[in-house]
Amino acid sequence: MNRVVITGMGIWSCLGISLDEVRKSLYEGKSGIVFSQERKDAGFRSALVGNVPKANLKGILSRNERQPMPEEAQYAYLATKQALEQAQLDDDYLIKHDVGIIYGNDSVAEATMTALDKFRNMKSSVACGSGAIFQSMNSTITMNLACLFHLRGINLTASAACASGSQSIGLAALLIRNGLQECVVCGGAEENNMYGIASFDGIQSFSIREDEPTKASRPFDRDRDGLVPSGGAATVIVESYEHAMRRGAPILAEVLGWGFSGNGDHISTPNVTGPAQSLTMCIKEANINLSEIGYVNAHATSTRIGDKREAEAISSIFGDYRVPVTSTKSQTGHEMWMAGASEVIYSMLMMKNGFIAGNINFENPDETTALLNIIPETRKTYFDIFLSNSFGFGGTNSTLIIKNL
Amino acid sequence: MERKEIVKRVNEILADEYEVDESTIENEANIREVLPIDSLSIVDLVALVQSEYKVTIPMTDLPKLKTFNDLYEYIYTHLPADTTA
Repeated sequence: MNRVVITGMGIWSCLGISLDEVRKSLYEGKSGIVFSQERKDAGFRSALVGNVPKANLKGILSRNERQPMPEEAQYAYLATKQALEQAQLDDDYLIKHDVGIIYGNDSVAEATMTALDKFRNMKSSVACGSGAIFQSMNSTITMNLACLFHLRGINLTASAACASGSQSIGLAALLIRNGLQECVVCGGAEENNMYGIASFDGIQSFSIREDEPTKASRPFDRDRDGLVPSGGAATVIVESYEHAMRRGAPILAEVLGWGFSGNGDHISTPNVTGPAQSLTMCIKEANINLSEIGYVNAHATSTRIGDKREAEAISSIFGDYRVPVTSTKSQTGHEMWMAGASEVIYSMLMMKNGFIAGNINFENPDETTALLNIIPETRKTYFDIFLSNSFGFGGTNSTLIIKNL
Repeated sequence: MERKEIVKRVNEILADEYEVDESTIENEANIREVLPIDSLSIVDLVALVQSEYKVTIPMTDLPKLKTFNDLYEYIYTHLPADTTA
């Protein structure tokens, strides 16, 4: 079985649009959340959102190359450019080798809506334009990036709700471990426009602490009242250890394990046994002692029931070992399809730079979250192995364990 | 609508849509040489004309439109009755 390593990372998020900006934001406990008057005027119950800079690819890609790209594919392109550069994978190499792509994405709402509005207004399918079909398919990111970066290996979109980004890395690791691929571009992206999550707002899932945007996302805190949506893209390059060595690539970390499970019950309410099963499977595959895990990046989104169930799951697995836990969603809000990949990057930045970013806004535990060792403020500390949880609607769970190299 | 109005407006919207300098759009210039048009992006030209002038260009007519002048003329002669000057 091949060892699987990480050699490149790229990010476009509300905490920054480069690894260095994001590292600084994490360390300083900066929140990326703002109030959106546009959303309020449009009828949102909660008008809070991650402040993600718009991408501008004019001058970088031609008009015809940009036509098939919705907002989230543009973020993914910019994150992937960074990641490929860090991994030292240039155009020449990509053209000559079978590098694959597995990317998480689970909505194309604005692109679909825009095209169909034109169709209905004009009563003509031509009115949708040449890019609409490619923009409004869930696999838009993998199809666009595979063409733009000349990726000729596996070409697959992971749609697993808020676990999509994590599942993409897990699937790629599985293929590499078994020798079916040598190198795969992984990640997750999330459209950050209001149409992607209007219906999510409609089911009362978002925080309504609109008077204090930076305090609204408060995972594990006693007074949490819902999540804050955000978006962007995060790309992680994974490859076999041998492949990375052969290329002379910078090896950043090793993917030790991937665990997954399904809850098999409620469509939105998580349980404890499903996530616990995912953690157990991941830890078993990683073949490590629990005490070697120095940090847990929790999925915790700041919802009452979700954070509680995850706290119970982590606590049941780790027992007496008080592993440090935070949810970086306290700073970023919930990056959904992107989150599983971005949170690997956030954790990697902490591991590489000797700190754990505090779970901001964690002021008081409730009786369940008190079971965890939640770090409320940034702590300078070193750890060499972390665990990252990602869970999604329909009870899809994914866990990754990653080791510093 | 006068023909010269069509020429002015078509040049503006094509230059904007296809990101070319408007001065490169000349009457007898070849549309496919001036604009970055391929088998997909030709659809955007059809959609623009349809949206702006309510003139639908059937795909079978597209090969006949070689120069910009052909396009202006096509639009002018196919304008719905209520928009003709």
